[in-house]
Amino acid sequence: MIETTLDIPADARNPVEPFLRMERMPHIWCAGCGIGTTVNCFTRALLKSKANLDKVAVVSGIGCTGRVAGYARLDSFHTTHGRAIPFATGLKLANPELQVVVYSGDGDLFAIGGNHFIHAARRNMDLKVICVNNMIYAMTGGQTAPTTPLEALTSTAPYGVSEPAFNLVSLAEAAGACYVARWTTYHVMQLSRSMEEALGKKGFCFIEVLSPCPTLYQRRNRMGDGLDAMKYYKEASKIRHGAPTSECSLSKSGEIVVGKFVDRERPDYCELLRAQMCQSLGERYAEPEVVCSR
Amino acid sequence: MHADPKGVLTGVHFMDGDHACCEGALAAGARFAAGYPITPSTEVVERFAARIPTIGGIFIQMEDELAASIAIQGAVWGGAKAFTVTSGPGFSLMMEHIGLAAMTETPCVFVNVQRGGPSTGLPTLPGQADMMQARWGSHGDYGIIALCPNSPQECFDLTITAFNLSEEFRVPVMMMLDECVGHMTEKVVIPEAESIEVTPRRYTKRSPEEYRPFEPQEDLVPEMVKAGDGYRFHITGLTHDERGYPDMSVGTQDRLVRRLTEKVKPAGDGRALYETGDLDDAEVAVVSYGITSRVAQRALQLARARGIRAGKFRLITAWPFPERQIRELAGLVKAFVVPELNLGQMVYEVERSAAGKAKVIPVTHAGGTVHNPDVILDAIMEAVR
Ligand SMILES: Cc1ncc(C[n+]2csc(CCOP(=O)(O)OP(=O)(O)O)c2C)c(N)n1
Ligand code: SF4
Ligand SMILES: [Mg+2]
Repeated sequence: MIETTLDIPADARNPVEPFLRMERMPHIWCAGCGIGTTVNCFTRALLKSKANLDKVAVVSGIGCTGRVAGYARLDSFHTTHGRAIPFATGLKLANPELQVVVYSGDGDLFAIGGNHFIHAARRNMDLKVICVNNMIYAMTGGQTAPTTPLEALTSTAPYGVSEPAFNLVSLAEAAGACYVARWTTYHVMQLSRSMEEALGKKGFCFIEVLSPCPTLYQRRNRMGDGLDAMKYYKEASKIRHGAPTSECSLSKSGEIVVGKFVDRERPDYCELLRAQMCQSLGERYAEPEVVCSR
Repeated sequence: MHADPKGVLTGVHFMDGDHACCEGALAAGARFAAGYPITPSTEVVERFAARIPTIGGIFIQMEDELAASIAIQGAVWGGAKAFTVTSGPGFSLMMEHIGLAAMTETPCVFVNVQRGGPSTGLPTLPGQADMMQARWGSHGDYGIIALCPNSPQECFDLTITAFNLSEEFRVPVMMMLDECVGHMTEKVVIPEAESIEVTPRRYTKRSPEEYRPFEPQEDLVPEMVKAGDGYRFHITGLTHDERGYPDMSVGTQDRLVRRLTEKVKPAGDGRALYETGDLDDAEVAVVSYGITSRVAQRALQLARARGIRAGKFRLITAWPFPERQIRELAGLVKAFVVPELNLGQMVYEVERSAAGKAKVIPVTHAGGTVHNPDVILDAIMEAVR
């Protein structure tokens, strides 16, 4: 059997190896890319959370970040561009004992998939959404994302971006997320801690992770390599837990407000559904038994 | 396996095709539906929303058809039998996810109650112009199954068949209604649960160590698992090997795509569903489906009354197209007459299958109503001239 406990084999080179499909290494990510760092934090969060890994599923969309699902040694789904959240919604509703984590990029979750994001947050669907925000469409070669800051250069905005970006944490809060945090790949301890907290919280949880894409964002914008991005994250970040999310917009080289902004209780989709059905149907209501028999 | 009696509304009913389709899904074991409202299909999910809370299952109205058509696939991998329902514009939006279901071999059912198109077209009026879209609408090569009921009773019966085929072949199955069939109200007999056969999911008996998610069995269909059972499997829309891992090699692409296309062929060959009548002495065969087959029936009566030897071949399985049956028939009749509520779609398949052995006469119609039987009769007379 695959371990479901936290035993780490003696010959493991890295404590996160049991969580990864090592037979698929090396991964596709570039040197200096931040996505791997976030995966490291995520596996550590899983370790700490003592979750039964047989009951954790990862759902990704398409993009460099979308490849996370393919490396996680969990039930994992690499779906279509922008649609990880509605896939995850069906998975969770059919099989509520699963802990369903959506792991995807900023373009995937907030451009093509933006509608699904706000509706899942509104419903307070019990999903943990991790967005790796590299401020760019990386997989397709560095095009403008709805998160690319003003003036930044991209392959489709060669003279600089002129449209305002989304403030993801504010959007998530306004749409109804019950947990909202932002970190950078510099803040590995805090990020891992936030992921662990989200795994322990019911309802729609959102974590934004600023992450460098040296290949397609940093380089074109003369911002150096992955290490330079770490230095920038270190110097420009201010931890302000509970900061009003509306004041947490990001810019090309300005301050980065990080921290846990929202941690509130709201009944989740399944609780609300059950309450409404019991009120309307009383005894006649049958608890969902969705899984088909063998 | 027999149907779960909880979902079976045994009795004699007077209901429309949309409602009967919902009852078929419930009888087949569907306990999850996701939809987005669109005329003339909405009644299917409205009924599901009303029925499912006392049966035990989930209906969720999603934010659009992209969401609905992938939420059902998440539900399937969670262990559900699931379906979605739409019409014209919504069907267009679902195309990417029909491809995903084909690629990931996710058993699920898409109901399309066809209306007049293109675009918003004729929202409340019939069409049959999505037949080729059902077959080819998503990008790339893949196989699907599509069924065409022509009565509320068949909406019930064939929806069960659609679910069963989707499980057997692990393929998305399209239920291609049209507005007339969806909205016509007739007698529908729902039998006892014990007399309804339901195909169980092809769950593997192998251990997680032995199991390979896309290893084809003898019939080219791989065995399934669901999330949460310790298999730690990976599913991707990328070209993948038998482990389910992305593999961009030409060989893997070739093996996978050929298998996805090949595996559904038996559903159209020996096992295609169709209805024939008066073909024994026929000089001309009218090939039709859905509501048009009922108009064609009248034209056939008129033809026989005039002494014309005309018979019917009604397509129930539209895809995979019953090529062999039409080929054989082409050797017996002089001509095929193919009326459909479009400017010519399935007629191309008839033509291809007839391979020049019989004349093929399309009777086109842009939709919005049904053919006048006289127009079909004229084509029959032209065929024997
Ligand atoms: C429907 C569709 N449109 C476009 C694409 C092409 N595409 C693949 S990934 C991607 C953008 C990914 O950006 P993001 O989500 O930020 O992920 P990153 O690569 O930056 O991690 C696009 C546009 C696609 N796969 N599917
Ligand atoms: S292109 Fe950018 S986001 Fe993609 S792997 Fe390379 S560094 Fe990471
Ligand atoms: Mg990105």
